[in-house]
Parts: sequence; structure tokens; C-alpha cells
Amino acid sequence: MTYLAGTRVRVRAVDPDHHTRMPRYVRGQAGEVVAVLGRWPLPEDSASGITPPRVQTCYAVRFSAADLWGSGDHTVTVDLWESYLDRP
Amino acid sequence: MTGHDDLPAAARARRLEERLIAAGLATDDELDEFLTKLYASASPVNGALMAARAWTDPRYRDLLLSDGNAAAAEAGFGALSYQLRVVANTDQMHNVIVCTLCSCYPVSLLGPSPGWYKSFAYRSRTVREPRAVLAEFGTMLPDTVRISVWDSTSEARYMVLPVRPAGTGALDTGQLAALVTRNGLIGTALV
Repeated sequence: MTYLAGTRVRVRAVDPDHHTRMPRYVRGQAGEVVAVLGRWPLPEDSASGITPPRVQTCYAVRFSAADLWGSGDHTVTVDLWESYLDRP
Repeated sequence: MTGHDDLPAAARARRLEERLIAAGLATDDELDEFLTKLYASASPVNGALMAARAWTDPRYRDLLLSDGNAAAAEAGFGALSYQLRVVANTDQMHNVIVCTLCSCYPVSLLGPSPGWYKSFAYRSRTVREPRAVLAEFGTMLPDTVRISVWDSTSEARYMVLPVRPAGTGALDTGQLAALVTRNGLIGTALV
């Protein structure tokens, strides 16, 4: 486990040419880890038929609407695999 | 090649089934058996019972919010195929669930997901303007209530624990469960 709850992280600003569960609207955005969920196969590998797939920790990361959209007072929490994230 | 987006959902699903069958990954009988089994027990009554129990039993509420799978098992809905995470509404915080990538949903506890949950409109707008989306469901939240949107992008599935309605102190768990709606457990309605 690399990131504890409360850690600020940034989603990598990438545009992969394969399947991913990294929603486009959070790419490049900074947020805060609010929960460590568990370790699951990386969907990229599973979708590509890579066996065994890499298994990584998944985190619930909270973003502010103002950061994501430039307006709004809500938050959006997105589950993200470890390799989707960097330190901010 | 026909654009799959032009096909009605049932026809798209059937095409996918035919591909699975052609690839030798499943048979029609296996698919039927799986769906029959899934829908025989999958119902929002299950999630409603868990919510009502959490309203009446503080220990169960703590369990539900800290370990959803253990709470589901204790209520008799064990062996979930996903990690269940339950988020609690309060007078100051309203939670709502969406899956922007597809339609992830705790089917065994909420039953089959409604069509709108899978619509592009709900999926794209809920993360962008949840207050407006909720208002279209008839859920008008005071400006003082903050909104937390949960986008189910992983193997976790989310369920909302609604606020117990006022004036229900005399009701037992079964009567309380009857008040809990599917939309209340998604977060598009209050209970």
C-alpha cells in the first residue's frame, strides 16, 4: 500500500490507446485519498487477456467539483488503481 | 458494419450473447440459468432491510458503514460478488451513486438497475451537476446540504444509507424497510 487515507494524489495525465477504468474527466486532476479499497486485477491487463493480470491496490479518491469543472460545490469520489496515480 | 449504438438495448445484448456462445464461452442454457438465479433473489427489498436495521441498531449501522460485506452476510445476503461500500446521508450531506464508465450497481441488494441509471444523460450529468439532476428526480436539497457523488469505477459497489424519516419512532424494522425505496438507496430520492 503506497497511499494512506488523507494523502493528496494526482491522476496521471495520459491518454492510453487501450481499455482503462481511469475516467477521462479526472485525468491530470489532484484529489485526496479517502479510502483504501482493496487489491484487484488491473482492468487494462484483464481486458487485454494478460494472464495473470497485475494486481494493484485500488483507492477511493475525492475531487472537488471546482477543480474538475471550474464550478460546483459538490465532490466526486472515484475509485482508481494504484498505477493511475502519482504524488501531486 | 451496423453501429451498435443504433440497436435497441435488447438486440445489443443478444448480439453479445451470440458472440459468447459462438466463442464457446457460454451456452443459452447457462446464460438463462445465471439470470434466473440472479433475479430470483436480487431485489431492493434486501437493501431496504439493511437500511432499516441500521436505523434501529447502532451496532449494525457501524458494521454496515465499515464492512458492507459483513453487514450483508449478517442480514442473510452473504457471498456478494463485489465489495459493498455503504455511504450514509446526514442532514448536512447527501450521497448519490453513479457509474460513469458503464452501469456498475449492487444488483443483488437493489435488484436490476433502472434504465435511467444506464443512460448517457444520468452518467454524464450526475458528476457535473448533481443538484440539477436530483431536482429533476423531484429531490430538492437545501443549499446548506452538501452533495457527495460516488463514481463506481472499480470492483466496489456503492449503496446509500438514507436518513431515517422523522416521526417513525414507533415503527419496527419491517415497517421501516417498507419506506425505503430503490432510488433512496441510489441517492436520487430522499426517504
